[in-house]
Amino acid sequence: MEEHLKKEEFSPKLLDLINKDRQWLVKREEKRGHGLSDENKLELRLGLPGIDDRESTKISHKIDTDESVLSLRYSSTMKSHHKSSSQEQKQVFPTTWPCSGHQQQQPQMLSPKVSFLQYQTGPSAVARETSQPCCTIMVGLQNAEKKPFSSASSTNNTAVHNSSQKRAAPVPVVGWPPIRSFRKKLGSSSSTKLSPEPQGTKPSQIDNEKPVESSRKSLFVKINMDGVPIGRKVDLNAYDSYENLSSAVDELFRGLLAAQRDFSASGNIEEEKAITGLMDGSGEYTLVYEDREGDRMLVGDIPWHAFVSSVKRLRVLKSSDLPNLNRDAQAQEKATH
Amino acid sequence: MNYFPEEVLEHILDFVTSNKERNAVSLVCKTWYKVERESRYRVFIGNCYATNPERLIARFPRVKSLTLKGKPHFADFNLVPHDWGGFVDPWIKTLARACPGFEELRLKRMVVSDEILELLSKSFVNFKSLVLVSCDGFSTDGLAAIAANCRYLRELDLQENEVDDRSGHWLSCFPESCTSLVSLNFACLKGEINLSVLERLVARNPNLRSLRLNRAVPVETLQKIITKAHRLVDLGTGSFIHDPKSETYQKLKNAMSKCESIRSLSGFLDVAPHCLTAVYPICPHLTSLNLSYAPGINSNELIKLIRHCRKLQRLWILDCVGDKGLGIVAATCKELEELRVFPSDPFGPGNAAVTEEGLVAISVGCHKLHSLLYFCQQMTNAALITIAKNCPNFIRFRLCILDPAKPDPDTMDPLDEGFGAIVQSCKRLRRLSISGLLSDKVFLYIGTYAEQLEMLSIAFAGESDKAMLYVLNGCKKLRKLEIRDCPFGNMALLADVGKYETMRSLWMSSCEVTLQGCKTLARLMPKLNVEIINENDLWDEIPADDDRKKVEKMYLYRTLVGPRQDAPGFVWTL
Repeated sequence: MEEHLKKEEFSPKLLDLINKDRQWLVKREEKRGHGLSDENKLELRLGLPGIDDRESTKISHKIDTDESVLSLRYSSTMKSHHKSSSQEQKQVFPTTWPCSGHQQQQPQMLSPKVSFLQYQTGPSAVARETSQPCCTIMVGLQNAEKKPFSSASSTNNTAVHNSSQKRAAPVPVVGWPPIRSFRKKLGSSSSTKLSPEPQGTKPSQIDNEKPVESSRKSLFVKINMDGVPIGRKVDLNAYDSYENLSSAVDELFRGLLAAQRDFSASGNIEEEKAITGLMDGSGEYTLVYEDREGDRMLVGDIPWHAFVSSVKRLRVLKSSDLPNLNRDAQAQEKATH
Repeated sequence: MNYFPEEVLEHILDFVTSNKERNAVSLVCKTWYKVERESRYRVFIGNCYATNPERLIARFPRVKSLTLKGKPHFADFNLVPHDWGGFVDPWIKTLARACPGFEELRLKRMVVSDEILELLSKSFVNFKSLVLVSCDGFSTDGLAAIAANCRYLRELDLQENEVDDRSGHWLSCFPESCTSLVSLNFACLKGEINLSVLERLVARNPNLRSLRLNRAVPVETLQKIITKAHRLVDLGTGSFIHDPKSETYQKLKNAMSKCESIRSLSGFLDVAPHCLTAVYPICPHLTSLNLSYAPGINSNELIKLIRHCRKLQRLWILDCVGDKGLGIVAATCKELEELRVFPSDPFGPGNAAVTEEGLVAISVGCHKLHSLLYFCQQMTNAALITIAKNCPNFIRFRLCILDPAKPDPDTMDPLDEGFGAIVQSCKRLRRLSISGLLSDKVFLYIGTYAEQLEMLSIAFAGESDKAMLYVLNGCKKLRKLEIRDCPFGNMALLADVGKYETMRSLWMSSCEVTLQGCKTLARLMPKLNVEIINENDLWDEIPADDDRKKVEKMYLYRTLVGPRQDAPGFVWTL
């Protein structure tokens, strides 16, 4: 199998690394049937000088970095992989460049080094690919890979996986992630804005370093309901309007309330009734809250964000227990519309 | 044949519409060059500083439609200072003088002013179409001038611009005689709108096919508008908050069910989950759906909606849809060609809203997929390899793993193999954005296999200059290369300086390139503008010392007209 360099005629400066010879690809395909341990990885080795030979890495040729070295290296790596070694180790490139989250681990044999040339990572994986979409495919692939390995390594794997997920939020970097500014603001904009923000002044033009929004924290407050002995907690920052909060309260307590009625009515299974009209007095229950000063207040009078900053806990009271405010008049008005 | 009438040639050339082909035609001989240039009406200039208005007019005197792009792409992510440039003024002034028949202007990432909009509106009697994408510098006063003076206006399309919204009265400036509107998009405006004026405007423009409203337009008005605009194909809702028990909701739903023509839906600038049911009647016809401005809709609601949309070809959505939701998309939307999944909480602590699983599911179900923009928490090599195998038709593949330089979480490997599979399998790939932990190897793959690649975006990747060289040497059709936070330095920059004349532009920021390297490049290649952007110092002249200083931001591009005259103090062209 010959490797040869092609040099573009018109531009001698352009080193053409690209060997158009694709025969070695075909060889890969032939080896499809082999088991996982035999798999041939893509053996294009870059032979980076100074690469850390972790475990039995097969950099057969260490070449110095000179000008035409790039093409030379390419051809020599072509040679090397034709030796179709049974090496299955992977290469871990030492990353001198700072990157958050990359853990320079000993490359355990957690899974075989997956080469892009092998489109099949095992017959079982192929079968799974044709099955239902959704999560099963990925799971199938991962399972296929993990099979031959000892439980020790797989737990190691999951440990790694878990720890990477538990890692703290990434440090905000300017211009990252690459999304437009207005998309960054989406999560924090209220959906019940009745009047738009004053835009009379020129919208704040982008300074050099636009301050990056910090991640939104949760604001959990207790919420208790009349007739339900066990309270819940709700994250107010997960909602951006009274409407959303209302439906959340409904979801939280609907089942519990029905269960309570079950108990007291002993035997009659009551259908779950939706809890509605929490804020306009029309429902069986009304939502109130306790503010910083300890006062009990009706929910809904002040703008949402003001509410969020002053609320300490929530209560869902029976409407009949509440003194009649101007509720009736308002309820009537709404009814006639 | 010694004599071939030019009129015949011109007639034939009328059928050649693609500018690429017309460029080729113009190279055949002097006669063809002449005929072609006199009959070209649509001109596209990808970098407004590559040439100037005078040359445009000199070569294409009959130009009627001009597309101009200004700031580099990374300006979208706040990497380019606001006053960097991209002013449309000289273009409009020259056109006003020389081309009274000018009809259509399309600008992207340029600075537009109210005065220029007014000049535009008064200079061209036949002006028909104004499309502004990601522009800034103007207010609704400029729009008022356009509305008032362009009597035959067909299209006013404002996409994602920063507009100083001073009042809603600009809409009233459309005269009663304005009945020619086909497309009106003001979704990016933040201010109030006179609703009755809007309703009357829609009523007297029966040819309206595309209408995108802003947040100030409530559902009540939307419902009335839909009833009046019978030819509407593309609708962008404004605020979409309503009470499902209300009469408005019923009216809206009725109006929607009578809409046979709507194929594209966007907007939802304010929406709550229960509101989406109103659009179910039009979902079965939809080919394009954009829900990416609507956070707070959970996965289940999105899934319910998507199940109705079997004909979708384009879907823009937030990652709240989740992997499970993407599985439903894969099962439902078999015609899907373009998918964009945006992050709903970009700085949140890794909620794993979508991962590689969702994309793999999509690749299994949607075989027609050719354009992808995907923001996710993590990606694995195995997944990318599967995706490459399932979808070999990618033209645009942009993957952004939110945590920069994050490795494959299963193996802790770089994602070289995965992206290698993508470029090897997708032979028609023209645009690629890579992310995650990446070594030099992925660049070797890109240089080897990505033969059609025209645009490449790189961030936090690579280990040495070799990586950049693989790309520059290998990708013959590369036009735009943008790099940030990579360890590429002068060696890579200077290895093949001739390459940059075959490209539109190169952006490098937070890399290892020094002032010395940039100066050398500028000296070797006089037909390039090598711009250094240094926001910290305003230079009167380049400091003579410390050439070894690293350059924070460098933007270079080929040009026929030398250094630009409108560069601000913090930009220096070497």
